[in-house]
Amino acid sequence: MKYHDLVIIGGGPAGLAAAVSAHEAGVSDILILERDERLGGILNQCIHNGFGLHTFKEELTGPEYAERYIKKVLDAKIPYKLKTIAADISPEREILYVNGEEGAVTVKAGAIILAMGCRERPRGALGLPGYRPAGIFTAGTAQRLMNIEGQSVGKKVFILGSGDIGLIMARRMTLEGAEVCAVAELMPYSGGLNRNIVQCLNDFNIPLKLSHTVTQIHGKERVTGITISEVDEKRSPIPGTEEYFDCDTLLLSCGLLPENELSKSAGITLDRVTGGPVVDDRLQCSVPGVFACGNVLHVHDLVDYVSEEAERAGAQAASYLSGNSTADGYVKLYTGFGVRYTVPQMIDVKNMSEQTVVRFRVADIYRDKSIALYYGDKHVKKQKKRIMAPGEMEQIIIKKDSFTDGIPDSIKVCVED
Amino acid sequence: MKTYEITCIQCPLGCALTVSVDGEAVTVTGNTCPRGAEYGKKEVLHPSRTVTSTVAVTDGVLPRLSVKTKTDIPKEKIFDVMEVIRKTTVEAPVKIGDVIIENVCGTGADVIATKTVDKFRIQN
Repeated sequence: MKYHDLVIIGGGPAGLAAAVSAHEAGVSDILILERDERLGGILNQCIHNGFGLHTFKEELTGPEYAERYIKKVLDAKIPYKLKTIAADISPEREILYVNGEEGAVTVKAGAIILAMGCRERPRGALGLPGYRPAGIFTAGTAQRLMNIEGQSVGKKVFILGSGDIGLIMARRMTLEGAEVCAVAELMPYSGGLNRNIVQCLNDFNIPLKLSHTVTQIHGKERVTGITISEVDEKRSPIPGTEEYFDCDTLLLSCGLLPENELSKSAGITLDRVTGGPVVDDRLQCSVPGVFACGNVLHVHDLVDYVSEEAERAGAQAASYLSGNSTADGYVKLYTGFGVRYTVPQMIDVKNMSEQTVVRFRVADIYRDKSIALYYGDKHVKKQKKRIMAPGEMEQIIIKKDSFTDGIPDSIKVCVED
Repeated sequence: MKTYEITCIQCPLGCALTVSVDGEAVTVTGNTCPRGAEYGKKEVLHPSRTVTSTVAVTDGVLPRLSVKTKTDIPKEKIFDVMEVIRKTTVEAPVKIGDVIIENVCGTGADVIATKTVDKFRIQN
């Protein structure tokens, strides 16, 4: 069986940044497995701008952001395989991959970085009534069809879900001459970034209907229209509020799900809330030597944060490969009021580096509240926030020298006054 | 005097700005920081956007090339620029950063390639 020090599953923004960082940290035997025909992942179809403000201090489009990391990978001569699917990972870090040239091949890895990204929640997972006519797409599928393959998707469009890809596609389709009727959002607030609401909807007078959902899809061969209804606080449709829209296309932008089938086959413990692996402060999963980063770990709103996280995963994998694998005395991170999850979910306080970035999402919109950090019952830190929203990822930094009273039995992050 | 109601996009706070224009005088209220005032002023007097889209490619490994205006252009020119972009076809190979359309619609901004599309070759 062939052996590689480090195998990275996925050649998108997370996989590329992880590879570059591991290489810089001295790992020379790296292999990236990518199922698409080119490196870059989802960035290749995200032709809009707004990427890279944190990383490069300039506004880039998705393909330009990808190109910068692809260049680093090529310059470092890091080997990669395209049109290659990782089909299975064992707990012993054996990877089965398949491609047209080699067939099915098993390789053994010293360390693995999971960077498979996420996928969109499909219609089947939404429970939308109606037939199954043509013309229903997830927003990302429509984006790929238009931006990569040059296909026309529809002329009169309704969008369900105010996730960023849905908002971006509302503008994209308007610019291409389609009419976008409206965007409906089940929740009383948008799931997308503020700037996308302004630049993708308000710029083109596209209405955003909060607390609304699709209650009927009309048409048998092709979508002919949809009915939406207002929902109550329990998110149930309110009878009598139905509104009909004539359209030939329905786009769905209703959330992203980390793609963890391979993690499951490797026996990795997943977090019920994020849908991604449970990791420690090194971004290491429950199976030693396997690390995770990017949207496979938890869904990010900015690619800049994906790159930063992936760079940490790459450096940690390098450190693991050079024999630095002691892990003793994990302290679990608990989520208190208003915090849905944290990544990482535990910290090895004894062996942690100078500081650890803990990322999380809040459960609701909170104005003039604080993020608080507790070690056991001891209040350690408070960070005032003017506003927090579920659509924007939050973070708190835990410093090693803040553990002045020794190792606590628990760490808690919560929202408070 | 004309007033405009806009949402600030400088940070996640999303302040609801009221911008009043009276001849030369512009006043912004509802902002909570200086960046908001500046944004409100520009958004009302000279709103501008970067336009991103794709153009057709012949003989390329991909059928479409992603492009953008190199700098932002006046907001009211978006659809004129799109009209020109839609009618444009280029021949592969194209390199990232190549100028595809010079000074599009007299805006002073070039439309440039945001990805590299190699020439399609039949492999043996």
